[in-house]
Amino acid sequence: MAEIIVVTSGKGGVGKTTTSASIACGLARRGKRVVVIDFDIGLRNLDLIMGCERRVVYDFVNVIQGDCSLKQALIKDKRIETLYVLAASQTRDKDALTSEGVRRVLDELANDGFEYIICDSPAGIEKGAHLAMYFADRAVVVVNPEISSVRDSDRILGLLASKTARAEKGNGGVKEHLLLTRYNPRRVASGEMLSVDDVKEILGLDVVGVVPESPDVLSASNAGLPVILNDDSDASHAYEDAVARLLGETVPLRFVAEPKKGLFARIFGS
Amino acid sequence: MGLLSLFRKAPKSASLAKERLRIIVAQERNARGSPDFLPLLRRELLEVIHKYVNVDPSAVQITLGNEDGHEVLELSVSLPEAQRSV
Repeated sequence: MAEIIVVTSGKGGVGKTTTSASIACGLARRGKRVVVIDFDIGLRNLDLIMGCERRVVYDFVNVIQGDCSLKQALIKDKRIETLYVLAASQTRDKDALTSEGVRRVLDELANDGFEYIICDSPAGIEKGAHLAMYFADRAVVVVNPEISSVRDSDRILGLLASKTARAEKGNGGVKEHLLLTRYNPRRVASGEMLSVDDVKEILGLDVVGVVPESPDVLSASNAGLPVILNDDSDASHAYEDAVARLLGETVPLRFVAEPKKGLFARIFGS
Repeated sequence: MGLLSLFRKAPKSASLAKERLRIIVAQERNARGSPDFLPLLRRELLEVIHKYVNVDPSAVQITLGNEDGHEVLELSVSLPEAQRSV
């Protein structure tokens, strides 16, 4: 049985694609068969973050419209054996994605033996975002510790609880997880930034990960290497922890407290 | 910057954000789910009423409220003076 996980947020620019790419890589690195799908029709970006933009021949809409087979459109990752990418189409046709078409592709992926299907949702609450979440079993809601991001996420939680197949069938609904990105423990400590507990309390969700603000995220996207694969980075370790929690492991939260400075750093550091 | 301002505590902006979010999120959660059909209901009711009485569209008020744990749909139609004598 394949598990469908939507990575969503409402607000744009909070790190949905970065998170989708890293979670997909993390799961695949643990030997799971994973496919990550870009639902942002017209604004394809996952291919860049995954570093496979020059290998996109066919896309999601091509498969739905029958221009090619699913196998032809799946791009095999060059780093991890069990990881595949399905790129978004660059069409401007808003109706290219249909509910029936999406269902068919997801079914075929599940039948092909994929264990995890990661759906990278576009921003907003339009059709693409709706279809990305509609068939999901679980949702990773990506939130920045910032007021508009938190509010938009709550809107998304409302949609997850009403406009999804699981909600409509009444079989338990979509399991929701909170993933905080761009977290800055120093600013939290000085009272300038909402804390993990603040966001958790307002949204009423369990925390699956806290990714600290890190310059490595930009360098990773520059290089087309999902940040989780940069083993020297705190962001990588935070995503690795999130993947472990998604798989049901209990891992203590890291990177939520201000790093303690040594005596030397206190005297000579900034 | 005066010496005194060093000792005065400014309200932390994060707690401000939290308070604002708490209120707006609660408000939006309350509004969720129910009012989607209200505009349509209002229009259809207006059409039915219009068959019998010539009322102004603004004379029909529909509100959905909460009283003692029960949801209350309140409908108020103010009839024009002239119609009553017929």
